[in-house]
Amino acid sequence: MTKKINEKDLVMIALFAALIAVLGLVPKLTLASGIPITAQTLGIMLCGTVLGAKRGFLAAALFCLLVLIGLPLLAGGRGGPGVLMTPWAGFFVGFPVAAFVAGLVMEKMRGPVAVAASVAAVAGGIVALYGVALPWYMVTKPAGPLEAALVAGVPFVPGDLIKAVLAGLVTQALARARPGALLSRS
Amino acid sequence: MLALTSPVKTPYHGLRAGLKLGLLALATIVLFALGSLWGQVAGLAVVMALYALPGARFARAGVAALRPVALFAVLIAAFHVVTWTPVEGAVVVLRLVSAVALANLVTMVTPLSEMLGFLHWALAPLRALGVKTRGLELAIPLAIRFIPVLGEKGRALGESWRARSRHRRAGWRIAAPLAGLAMDDADRVAEALRARGGMAGGTGK
Repeated sequence: MTKKINEKDLVMIALFAALIAVLGLVPKLTLASGIPITAQTLGIMLCGTVLGAKRGFLAAALFCLLVLIGLPLLAGGRGGPGVLMTPWAGFFVGFPVAAFVAGLVMEKMRGPVAVAASVAAVAGGIVALYGVALPWYMVTKPAGPLEAALVAGVPFVPGDLIKAVLAGLVTQALARARPGALLSRS
Repeated sequence: MLALTSPVKTPYHGLRAGLKLGLLALATIVLFALGSLWGQVAGLAVVMALYALPGARFARAGVAALRPVALFAVLIAAFHVVTWTPVEGAVVVLRLVSAVALANLVTMVTPLSEMLGFLHWALAPLRALGVKTRGLELAIPLAIRFIPVLGEKGRALGESWRARSRHRRAGWRIAAPLAGLAMDDADRVAEALRARGGMAGGTGK
């Protein structure tokens, strides 16, 4: 898997894994439904929209590995194999898939950066991530599709939609401030 | 950086990381196979005994580490109260608490260096097949080093943002400049890495 990854790619992957971790530390907002939202999935979306599918996937996977070996980097200061044990773990396991899909959409889509990146963030951070997380919830809890949607899906959608729009704006700001920074479009 | 490892030395520290992770996997499978309420109560009792063994201070730290799970447990409990399936709900909540507590226990008594050692060992079959794992083994310490660096930059960005604004928290607004600052470092770090052998050096073939 490390084929054709050069030193610059490696450093970018490590930097974005660290960025996901740091964004998880940004003080969280609590939605009216009582579900905390953090900027962590914003980091996942940015991995895809900025780094592209392959490097974005690797950055998110590296972040997941750091959490699993015990670093308290998951939002709320969680870490270690315990993060796999809740029925919501699909939202963690799905991170690399989400970054990959966001990257893929960003690479294929033309048009203004902010729009393309927002669409890519929705495709990766919502469609693909929930595509992993909801079946995961149904199998491990175990639960039916309605319960999964009510308890693990719907409450998180408003926050994730906000983050997808933010991911689009952040990607555009980054593209303006650092021309050539979007590896997903080079 | 804050670690989840316990400062209290326990008998569990002496066990090999691979053994602890293997036992955790086994215990988790058993917990998920136990469908009865009493089976889950017994499971939780065993987990509590494991926490009590090294002493009260260790057990308290263990309970504190479970706090993030409380929200999940409450959500599940609420659903089962609403649908009036209390026994089923109790089984799921008990299993959740036991499984997370057990996994946290492994994290608390296994230093990061031993986890990395286990990872290196677990990757051996890949290396034997000719897959280069050097990239991964370089990326892990790089990312761990970058986290406090980026954290510090994020803090500085947040502070200057506050100085210019009447709002208290910068929140997501620092995400773009933070990513930009991160990318500024990439070229220089990559250069330094190349000068020290880069991807070609070390244990890779």
